[in-house]
Amino acid sequence: MMQFMLLFSRQGKLRLQKWYVPLSDKERKKISRDLVQTILARKPKMCSFLEWRDLKIVYKRYASLYFCCAVEDQDNELITLEIIHRYVELLDKYFGSVCELDIIFNFEKAYFILDEFLLGGEAQETSKKNVLKAIEQADLLQEEAEAPRSVLEEIGLT
Amino acid sequence: MPAVSKGDGMRGLAVFISDIRNCKSKEAEIKRINKELANIRSKFKGDKALDGYSKKKYVCKLLFIFLLGHDIDFGHMEAVNLLSSNKYTEKQIGYLFISVLVNSNSDLIRLINNAIKNDLGSRNPTFMNLALHCIANVGSREMAEAFVSDIPRILVAGDTMDSVKQSAALCLLRLNRTSPDLVPMGEWTARVVHLLNDQHLGVVTAATSLITTLAQKSPDDFKTSISLAVTRLSRIVTSACIDLQDYTYYFVAAPWLSVKLLRLLQCYPPPEDAALRSRLTECLETILNKAQEPPKSKKVQHSNAKNAVLFEAISLIIHHDSEPTLLVRACNQLGQFLQHRETNLRYLALESMCTLASSEFSHEAVKTHMETVINALKTERDVSVRQRAVDLLYAMCDRSNSKQIVAEMLSYLENADYSIREEIVLKVAILAEKYAVDYTWYVDTILNLIRIAGDYVSEEVWYRVIQIVINRDDVQGYAAKTVFEALQAPACHENLVKVGGYILGEFGNLIAGDSRSSPLVQFNLLHSKFHLCSVPTRALLLSAYIKFINLFPEVKGTIQEVLRSDSQLRNADVELQQRAVEYLRLSCIASTDILATVLEEMPPFPERESSILAKLKKKKGSMNVPDIDDSRKNMNGNGHVEHNNNIEEPSEAPAQSPASVVAALIPTNRPRPTSSSPIIPSSGIMPASHPFTDLLNLNSPPATGGGSLLVDVFSDFPGQAPAPPAAAATAEVSEDNFLRFVCKNNGVLFENQLLQIGLKSEYRQNLGRMYVFYGNKTSAQFLSFTLPQLIVHAKPAEPVIEGGAQMQQIFNMECVSDFSDAPVLQIQFRYGGALQNLAVKLPIMLNKFFQPTEMTSQDFFQRWKQLGAPQQEVQKIFKSQHPMDIDVTKAKIIGFGVALLDGVDPNPTNFVGAGVIHTKSTQVGCLLRLEPNTQAQMYRLTLRTSRDSVSQRLCDLLSEQF
Repeated sequence: MMQFMLLFSRQGKLRLQKWYVPLSDKERKKISRDLVQTILARKPKMCSFLEWRDLKIVYKRYASLYFCCAVEDQDNELITLEIIHRYVELLDKYFGSVCELDIIFNFEKAYFILDEFLLGGEAQETSKKNVLKAIEQADLLQEEAEAPRSVLEEIGLT
Repeated sequence: MPAVSKGDGMRGLAVFISDIRNCKSKEAEIKRINKELANIRSKFKGDKALDGYSKKKYVCKLLFIFLLGHDIDFGHMEAVNLLSSNKYTEKQIGYLFISVLVNSNSDLIRLINNAIKNDLGSRNPTFMNLALHCIANVGSREMAEAFVSDIPRILVAGDTMDSVKQSAALCLLRLNRTSPDLVPMGEWTARVVHLLNDQHLGVVTAATSLITTLAQKSPDDFKTSISLAVTRLSRIVTSACIDLQDYTYYFVAAPWLSVKLLRLLQCYPPPEDAALRSRLTECLETILNKAQEPPKSKKVQHSNAKNAVLFEAISLIIHHDSEPTLLVRACNQLGQFLQHRETNLRYLALESMCTLASSEFSHEAVKTHMETVINALKTERDVSVRQRAVDLLYAMCDRSNSKQIVAEMLSYLENADYSIREEIVLKVAILAEKYAVDYTWYVDTILNLIRIAGDYVSEEVWYRVIQIVINRDDVQGYAAKTVFEALQAPACHENLVKVGGYILGEFGNLIAGDSRSSPLVQFNLLHSKFHLCSVPTRALLLSAYIKFINLFPEVKGTIQEVLRSDSQLRNADVELQQRAVEYLRLSCIASTDILATVLEEMPPFPERESSILAKLKKKKGSMNVPDIDDSRKNMNGNGHVEHNNNIEEPSEAPAQSPASVVAALIPTNRPRPTSSSPIIPSSGIMPASHPFTDLLNLNSPPATGGGSLLVDVFSDFPGQAPAPPAAAATAEVSEDNFLRFVCKNNGVLFENQLLQIGLKSEYRQNLGRMYVFYGNKTSAQFLSFTLPQLIVHAKPAEPVIEGGAQMQQIFNMECVSDFSDAPVLQIQFRYGGALQNLAVKLPIMLNKFFQPTEMTSQDFFQRWKQLGAPQQEVQKIFKSQHPMDIDVTKAKIIGFGVALLDGVDPNPTNFVGAGVIHTKSTQVGCLLRLEPNTQAQMYRLTLRTSRDSVSQRLCDLLSEQF
């Protein structure tokens, strides 16, 4: 089972964190700090897996963003690497050639997509079509609801 | 600012995020955030009721601030309000906030649970999914209590939408992880298993994870999943990749589902049903075959997904550990990956091979890759890969390759990364001890370790070398000579000074005959290091000095002079000062006799688990230490007894009387013969009229040859306890591994799919102690676990062994007279519903009571002649069953218990040994000679003892070993 997933930039800024095990805020911060440091120190050609405490860390860099997952001893590293890739594909498809800024400004969307794809640390739906269909349906729901909103409100003048 | 491509576009939020990004400094950012927090707080507190949109926007801003790493202590109530909004986006943000900022505020939990309850009951699949995601994300106990009974219902209801089923399955999985006691088992479990047959692959994917978790908890309830999983897997593996549409990933059919199914199958032993089993084997073969096919795409995603399935299949093959051909094929496949250009694959191949090395079917196949692994150690650029290579070398090490592997590890250590040095040091120390046939090699290796990586040599390592040197008199002279030479180096590590001080203090006399290492030279050498050392080392050296006074009266004056100097007698450190004062006084007033008694050579350390191994286990977690003490290595002549985790310092207290030294050493591991201790009463304690007291004491008269022992043990217990159930008596006696224990004392005695019985034993003279470990390999409980009444009498054994747990039992035994049959251990327990009966022959053999005897060539042949009567000699000529390796043969003879005598036989290819069998009443001297004929692959074994039954029995036992 995946224990957590972290997205962070080359500068070490956390862009998304998802925890599938209960940990205190303090522990989460310490883990993120440790791991970001460890991974940023590694050279590009190194292998994507490392042992860290009693967990296996699987990470991959996409442009300026690092995607990093912690899985348990019994878990499969390669399939976790492809979980990362599939998530990137989902973001890419949804935002249309995703970049770090999309994830910063639409962080809530990044979370919603992740929840459709992974739940409780396990893959819930691995079909790209099905995940995006679920997200698009939700977007439709909200556009219907948004329609009667006044123009003033839209531009933040309320 | 980027255009927000989709969604509702909360402009205020986007502006705020831009502001934060434009902040030039951390201070500016904090200022901006505080301004925003004040603004939000005033909005939330304001008189004007906020509309849903504003609430959503502000809650979202709070969430953003929290994710930046700042604390948020308000806004929870507003988020909870959003949950009951009928607008989807507001509800969604509310749920996100709750999921990310869980707060155990019980008032809020009640409100949250209310909102969830409404959404779960709404029959709107989108809302239901939001609620289920929230439960899965939070997973708190309160939520489990509130919803754990609803979710199974939703999961198996016929009219539930597929996407809701998926969420419900994983939601239940999460609750089962956090509060397993709350998840009710019931009729729904059978229906959950059938989700493996569902048409929707997404549902199957989610359900497989749930079933795997539940099956780990109660395997019996989910046994039916085996056949469904195999069928499903088989359909995927053989499908054309277009069949599965969007579940095909870069030309690989449903890789995630395949991996999960293979994982589920790892909860169980190989299927019993032959058809099913062959279908599974076919699947695994197909997966292995596919690895050899040319790739369908050049994309790394294709090969990753394909290999993910392959590695999981190999894990299953290793887990089953029953199909030699598959194991060897897996090993060959991994061997190819060892040289792959992808670093990831090399890493995984090394990792996976570590587990293959521990299977007796594939251990040899793994060993063929040794050169490649050694090469990886030298050339890999990534430390994590090199670490894996070290692990694999450790796992594949056995007596045949130990010298090379230890040498390679030592040479790697010189340049190894600092982060893994300590671990390598521990591993080298363990391997060197474990596979030492020749203890001079062991001493050299440890001294090299200290020279190369002294800072990483932990106390346990140098304690251990001292324990071993003290216990083995054949290596003491060599050790003294070697440390003396090593200490000549101008700069040597403090750990070497410690070892040197201790060893010269004990055994310096063995090299004092040479004028180059005369007592005074030894003392001056040690003392030249004194001033550079830390206080504990100096204290140890002072003790070595007082030992010198006893060993070498001629240096007494010089040493007393040193002790008397102000820098000792008035040392600021209390410990040093006290030692100096006491040792000086002792040397002045005690007579030679008293001095000799007080400063006598240290008594041998009791055998125990190497403290180094304990340390490595602690460091890595015992899961990760490949157990190299496993049954396949039956040539390990000198297995140490692993039963005590105490890390014992070689007690350096020469000033105490020997008696108190012994007392200080022993209490941690000497069995205390109190009534509560689990010891079978020996006849010395119990009146001999109890028939069962004879049983494990092996007290059968030689006339019956011990043949009635088995019957004695378990057939007749006058009034003590009910006779063993008839069923138990019919169980076939397993003696598969019996002969493996002739030359070793530890290992796995018996193993089936449920139970593993491990043994550790130690013997001294006519006494022995055996530790029997009953390990439950399943995840379910064994109930009514019954051992023979005899044993129950010895120890009130727990009737229950938890899944995955181990129970230990200790037997003490005494050899009363010589014997040939071994006692049988009868075991009975309930697993699931079925009563299991087992009978295993305990490997207690006559040769266990050997004490080795060293003797000269002349003595040997004199005694050999004395035992010349025809009935005293037994000879056997037999064909060799194993490769004729000299080192292995030597190790086996030593393991058999006799001393291996070098240079006795005029023909150097022959082996001769001598020892004495200790029984309670008598001692039986024993000489043996083994003559190998390598051309004919034959051996001639001759045994001469003073008693014909002993000669015969020993010959029978030993001749099976070569």
